Amino acid sequence: MLIGLYNYWIVVVLMMIGFYIVIAHGNLIKKIVGLTIFQTSVFIFYISMAKVDGGTAPILADGIERYSNPLPHVLILTAIVVGIATTALALALTVRIKEAYGSIEEEHIQEKDNQAC
Amino acid sequence: MLTHLPILQVIVPLLAAPLCIFLRRPPLVWLFTLIVSSLAFVISILLLQQVMASGTIVYELGGWDAPWGIEYRIDALNAFLLLIITAISTVVLLAAQTSISKEIPKEKHMLFYTLYLLSLTGMLGIVATGDAFNVFVFLEISSLSAYALIALGKDRRALWASFQYLIMGTIGATFILIGIGLMYQMTGTLNMEDLSTRLPEVAQTRTVFVSFAFVIVGICLKLALFPLHLWLPNAYTYAPSIVTAFFAATATKVAIYLLIRFSFSVFGLSFSFTTLPLQILFMVLGLSGIFVASIAAIYQTNIKTLFAYSSIAQIGYMIVGFSVSTVTGLTATLLHVFNHALMKGALFLALGAVMYRIGSVQLSQFQGLGRQMPLTMAAIVIGGLSLIGVPLTVGFVSKWYLLMALIEQGWWPVAVLIVLGSLLAVVYVWRLVEIAYFKPQLVGKESVKEAPLSFLIPIWILVMANIYFGIDTRLSVQVAQAAAQSLFGVSP
Repeated sequence: MLIGLYNYWIVVVLMMIGFYIVIAHGNLIKKIVGLTIFQTSVFIFYISMAKVDGGTAPILADGIERYSNPLPHVLILTAIVVGIATTALALALTVRIKEAYGSIEEEHIQEKDNQAC
Repeated sequence: MLTHLPILQVIVPLLAAPLCIFLRRPPLVWLFTLIVSSLAFVISILLLQQVMASGTIVYELGGWDAPWGIEYRIDALNAFLLLIITAISTVVLLAAQTSISKEIPKEKHMLFYTLYLLSLTGMLGIVATGDAFNVFVFLEISSLSAYALIALGKDRRALWASFQYLIMGTIGATFILIGIGLMYQMTGTLNMEDLSTRLPEVAQTRTVFVSFAFVIVGICLKLALFPLHLWLPNAYTYAPSIVTAFFAATATKVAIYLLIRFSFSVFGLSFSFTTLPLQILFMVLGLSGIFVASIAAIYQTNIKTLFAYSSIAQIGYMIVGFSVSTVTGLTATLLHVFNHALMKGALFLALGAVMYRIGSVQLSQFQGLGRQMPLTMAAIVIGGLSLIGVPLTVGFVSKWYLLMALIEQGWWPVAVLIVLGSLLAVVYVWRLVEIAYFKPQLVGKESVKEAPLSFLIPIWILVMANIYFGIDTRLSVQVAQAAAQSLFGVSP
């Protein structure tokens, strides 16, 4: 059970690491790193799920009868693009936040907002 | 041409979005966006007519058959939502040019309209598609453009609000992605129609339970259901006025649609409500949302934040209707989706007008505005009455159906709580009215004039709709009922 499903264990561990970083860290860049790890774990989940035992790449060729499922791979290509867009946007926002607040620490930003109120 | 309407609905704003960048001149871009949005509105009317006349429309993209290719499936529920989104988008756009001229630097106007159209595309796509993975893609299109739109706000806090929304929104979307992956793993299909026939066969496995949990929690994050609502108040407060009006009226509605679609159609009624204790869970969360958010609204000094909290409370009403899980309950939810879009569209546009004239929406700045901006303030009062649920406004209609649904089930205590929750709305609306009408105007603000016509026209279109659909409920109730009945598999 532990060994046979090891890919899922990796996925879950990575997912929790990412999720924990997002919640626990106050630095915006670290938050983005955590978010990326979180998303990547889902990519691995999709990709490993599509693997068929003994199957090869899904290219029609003589003598090959088992293929891995290409659909989840294609889906995850889309999800990777979405992930990059999200990361890029988050980093751009971080640059703007740094310009506006002079800090990328959650604490400092909250402090400055509270003063403004 | 008519057979291609479902795809045109999504693709017209999608293709129009990049074109905005080439047009460059702000008035021109605005006109172009307005035309595109109106076109989408016309398409959604045609779709609704077709659906009401001849039933569900199925459109296969690229001619590939359904479980393999992506299909767009428009039934009464989809058509209803498409109509709400495009209608609000078009009306809000009427005021866009005037409003953003003061809130967004000129060189960014074309980018604003590009993002606006992309966001519109995303929402329309989520509603139109019949493919679970496609939902995720469109969800991210609309969310990513939403983050950027919110960050366009003048105040630096807009950036921070946008960042927080981005984190929460991405976690929500990724949860949905995990859920869809697990579903695919169990059934080998992504088509919603196909999923709904295959999932019951494997319904008792843990994987399906987990997938359901991921999808529902992910959607509830997008929905800003209490206690996952923390991103919403700041995002709505600091976003440009037009963006707030557009999102408050549409974005959470799309998430409600997803919740209904996944729990009723994809997983099926018996799985969602009999196998799992969803009913009591959503009832409790909905009610606590109503009370917590309404009470929070009472203590706000920024009127945009006030109405943002009120939005969270209104989502609570929709969720309570959803949790009843009867045809009447769902009708109430769908009616409230429609009605709340009208109310909040009008209210936030009116706040946009105040922002345009005064440059602030702090409660103290509203002193004496009842005399200086009579038409704008009257719109806020009528919108507020509708929010409370006073008869002859739309708010009354949906609350009435909600109470009927609760009483049908014999849930009297919940019905009483709903009425009490509405009384809280009286408190926060009254605070604003008192300041605006019974306080003398501020020194140095004597020159404040009524909002320009480009604001008053869209505001009053929405206010009139609030009153019209509060009196003549045939159209909205008929469509909402048809949608609810088709979800329960009852032929209308």
